[in-house]
Amino acid sequence: MRYFIRRALHAVFLLFGVSLLTFLFSALTPGNYFDEMRLNPQISPETVAALRAQYQLDRPLPVRYAHWLNAVAHGQLGFSFAYNNPVAPLLWARARNTLLLTITATLLAWLVALPLGVWSAASFGRAPDRVLSRTTATLLVVPDLVLALGLLILAVRTGWFPTGGLVSDGFDELSVSHKLRDIALHMTLPVVSLVLATLPMLVRHVRASVADVLDAPFLRAAAGHGIPQRKLLYRYALRAAANPLISLFGFSVGTLLSGSLLVEVVMSWPGLGPLLLESILARDLYVVIGGVLLSMLFLVGGNLFADILLYLADPRIRTAASAE
Amino acid sequence: MTQRRKFTRWLIVMVALHGIIAAAGFFAPYDPVEQDRERPYFPPVHIHMMDTQGHFHLRPVFYPLRLRAGSFDQHEEDTATTVPLKFFQRGAAYRLLGFVPSHLHLFGATGARVYLLGSDAYGRDQLSRILYGGQVSLLAGLLGATVTLFLGALIGMAAGYFGGWRDELLMRIAELFLALPWLYLLFALRAFLPLAVSPLEAFLLVVIVIGMVGWARPARLVRGVVLSVKERDFVRAARGFGASDVYLLRRHILPETASVLLTQAAILVPQFVLAEMTLSFLGLGVPEPMSSWGNLLAALQQYNVLVSYWWMYLPALAIVPFFLGYLSLASALQQRTRPYKIEEKSSWSPS
Repeated sequence: MRYFIRRALHAVFLLFGVSLLTFLFSALTPGNYFDEMRLNPQISPETVAALRAQYQLDRPLPVRYAHWLNAVAHGQLGFSFAYNNPVAPLLWARARNTLLLTITATLLAWLVALPLGVWSAASFGRAPDRVLSRTTATLLVVPDLVLALGLLILAVRTGWFPTGGLVSDGFDELSVSHKLRDIALHMTLPVVSLVLATLPMLVRHVRASVADVLDAPFLRAAAGHGIPQRKLLYRYALRAAANPLISLFGFSVGTLLSGSLLVEVVMSWPGLGPLLLESILARDLYVVIGGVLLSMLFLVGGNLFADILLYLADPRIRTAASAE
Repeated sequence: MTQRRKFTRWLIVMVALHGIIAAAGFFAPYDPVEQDRERPYFPPVHIHMMDTQGHFHLRPVFYPLRLRAGSFDQHEEDTATTVPLKFFQRGAAYRLLGFVPSHLHLFGATGARVYLLGSDAYGRDQLSRILYGGQVSLLAGLLGATVTLFLGALIGMAAGYFGGWRDELLMRIAELFLALPWLYLLFALRAFLPLAVSPLEAFLLVVIVIGMVGWARPARLVRGVVLSVKERDFVRAARGFGASDVYLLRRHILPETASVLLTQAAILVPQFVLAEMTLSFLGLGVPEPMSSWGNLLAALQQYNVLVSYWWMYLPALAIVPFFLGYLSLASALQQRTRPYKIEEKSSWSPS
């Protein structure tokens, strides 16, 4: 239990640190949303000042931060100037789509990477391993921006996949099964480009950590006892190699969140990415802070999940945690 | 030994690649901002050794393209005039490497514009823009990596050498930076910097933003090296002779971190080039009319460009050889700086 409390405290510390950091940066910002209003002769300086006061932009930074923290504690993330709406619902609508993309991509990437990595490790140095290593090396040198654009070009040229958005026109009239199919079709390209962007790193790590374990005496003994290869690999080797991989899982969530931001903009997926970009260009301060913080929340969530998995998978962690 | 040879080979390739980009003025046939409004989105010309009459030309020739009659995006070769491709041609003025004034171009043509990789919306030569864009992107990556490594080395050395609460504080902040998804971090930093700026300022902003994002990993690695080095006998001896902290750090500890920093540089530069591309692609980086690999790709955000003009995809391929080169250099460096690990494994492994 203490183990979880410590991990959770760490997560809270991270969130707190990031919010403080973004607020500090925002204080250094030259110019804000109301600067353009001030240039507009139809809007009087008094109105702008009143608006600034309404959003508390005229207060000193610590006061603003305290006020904002208080709002966060009440489930709000400040107010969007451009949308004239609270930030939280605005972000949440977009975050759902981002989560849909990243969670699917994470699951898919790991489902593909595990067998490939284990296979590669089992045939260490032989033909399958060499082919796989070459493939991952090739994928590794294709930047994700190029990858996403390539897939988009493929979609445009072949017409096999829709080229943007979350749903087709006339989505509301479709039956439930057709709705699901429509979303799945729209998701395919962004998910594929996210998976391809993370896959090489994952496969390489799985290969390395399984290959490390395969040398261990207990596995040689198990093989000597005639335990079949498949059971040996997936039941014993993978389990022993799990520790670094689970840590990598937490890390892969962060990579996927970054990747998703870009892929969303390229493929016009209505997630956090396009919203964040818009609000940066409009200087919509609280949306940016909220978006960054929300991504951090997902990341921390992914890491906490990894910590729980680690606790379940690795008896060493359990004994260390209970010994405390 | 082969590892060393591999490293040398890649080093030569990379020097050559960077040389081409550095001397973009010479290899590019035109000025990157020179427009030709009569020829928007013209496809690449075909270079022939044999003309339509079946005559063989020792000097490569091409036929200038023109719009097909009654069409607005179909082009055909104007076979009435055969234009030879001339090498070492005098053309637009440029400054080689930024300071040697010159008129000499590797190739060019008189009488018609030679679009080897097609033209963009304003009839600007795509090849020239890719070459000049490489200067911006690579320089942003290199300068960004320099800033990052400087910060990383400084923070890592301070944390490792002084230890205590300073170490604790710095490493907690480093964790924060490591944990944040890098693109969000990049966005957050960029969001709080001015938007409407001149191209040069925008470039410097990009460098600063990129440089501030990545310092945490090198800092942690440097700290690790410093922790082990500062207990070594030669450092203790120097301290015993009354050397100051600054002297010890500069004279004895910094050189020990060199291999880590070099490896990190090879890893960081391509990442940062990509970061510049991403920012510029999204319109947060280097603005027009300056070209960079990122803002060249931004044209693909227009649907009609994406559908109709395949030569506009080409800037995406420019970064690939550089990526490959830097990653190969990094892996060669990594293996070179860790020979003991390989020996260790082979000495006691049962097979």
